[in-house]
Amino acid sequence: MSKVRVLVGTRKGAFILESDGKRHKWDVSGPHFAGWELYHLKGSPADPNRLYASQSSGWFGQMIQRSNDGGKTWEAMDNKFVYDGVPGTHQWYDGKPHPWEFKRVWHLEPSLTDPDKVYAGVEDAALFHSTDGGKSWQELAGLREHGTGPRWQPGAGGMCLHTILLDPSNHSRIYIAISAAGAFRSDDAGVTWKAINQGLRSEYIPDPTAEVGHCVHRIAQHKSRPNTLFMQKHWDVLRSDNAGDLWKEVNGNLPDDAGKRGFGFVIDVHAHEPETIYVVPIKSDSQHFPHDGKLRVYRSKTGGNEWEPMTKGLPQQDCYVNVLRDAMAIDSLDSCGVYFGTTGGQVYASADAGDNWAPIVRDLPAVLSVEVQTLA
Amino acid sequence: MPAHLRTIAGVSGDVQLDVPAPVTQRSILDALEARYPALQGTIRDHVTQERRAFVRFFACQEDLSHESPDAPLPDAVASGAEPFLIVGAIAGG
Repeated sequence: MSKVRVLVGTRKGAFILESDGKRHKWDVSGPHFAGWELYHLKGSPADPNRLYASQSSGWFGQMIQRSNDGGKTWEAMDNKFVYDGVPGTHQWYDGKPHPWEFKRVWHLEPSLTDPDKVYAGVEDAALFHSTDGGKSWQELAGLREHGTGPRWQPGAGGMCLHTILLDPSNHSRIYIAISAAGAFRSDDAGVTWKAINQGLRSEYIPDPTAEVGHCVHRIAQHKSRPNTLFMQKHWDVLRSDNAGDLWKEVNGNLPDDAGKRGFGFVIDVHAHEPETIYVVPIKSDSQHFPHDGKLRVYRSKTGGNEWEPMTKGLPQQDCYVNVLRDAMAIDSLDSCGVYFGTTGGQVYASADAGDNWAPIVRDLPAVLSVEVQTLA
Repeated sequence: MPAHLRTIAGVSGDVQLDVPAPVTQRSILDALEARYPALQGTIRDHVTQERRAFVRFFACQEDLSHESPDAPLPDAVASGAEPFLIVGAIAGG
């Protein structure tokens, strides 16, 4: 019988939850790396027992941990993330040039085919990769140096590269997203890059349709339709059907928020239905909690525009948590499981594609990331 | 060392190092990182080699955090009579 392993990164450690394919009863292990911030953990699709974890601390900086046994034991890997050459400057909050400074790894994306190859999205925004299982890291500097870098500016959470998508049908194609620069695509395995932000409209920047400067929160993709992308932006949910060359808003009937719609952080795609997508609408860009104190996952079976709130099993009063950008994941069982974590320390799961929900663990530290592995 | 760094290094209690003269902050940290490579980058920045902001260095009841990393440490530290303390600053409370 299949098993499911959920990797949870929190403000104060990592937790690993395992269940059989029924997904009713969960075993929780952790905290791993107690007291450290675990921005992200992810398993290798090519070797599910190979896990990578980003462990960081305001005191002691960045660590990278690797497990070869599904998280039972861990080994510290190289933590040296040095920008290639003289990194130059980006915009600071006040609009002045500010030197690029490494702060932390936000996201780790293992190769689809090679357990020893893994990408790291970092703050200040840049893309690194390792081809030796995390023993050394090199920057793919063509992203930071492609031309618009000096105009990138941090969002409220820092200038982070938080999304890395590896195209399953074209191993030379990589998508990334940066807050608050936007989305970018490489068609040559990360050597050269182009901004792919046409169609995005952001009223909080001087030119709302600028080439860069958009606060993209998350991008998702279904493996069967790699040219279709779904984006959760600071405001607006969008989709592209041409690999990011042009985006269109699909906010539809998402909750109204003082005349705007579509604020949130997470977005993900059903495992078997490439037009079924999930978001968690969050109120405004400063309150950062669910509308009306009701935690609702909105599901669209039409690739956007037509949304239905999923509420069964989720708190529908007095709920004021947030769901951060890396804190939603989908397993590949039938029917697929949907998982998300909250800043209140709950991880909710649905074993029926979003119809019904229940917490599979609660009272953890604030959840920063959730990933799931479907194990044979 | 702070508990988190002892965990990373896989040690308990104090660490004893043979450090050639002159004994300085830099020579102690070089020897420490040579023995426990996982500590590289956790006490001082990989590139600048500057002390991380929330790490402090104490010895002989003195805060030496702002001393030159190449300044000789007190004889009592060099001789092993007194420890060189790497301290995680109290912050965030």
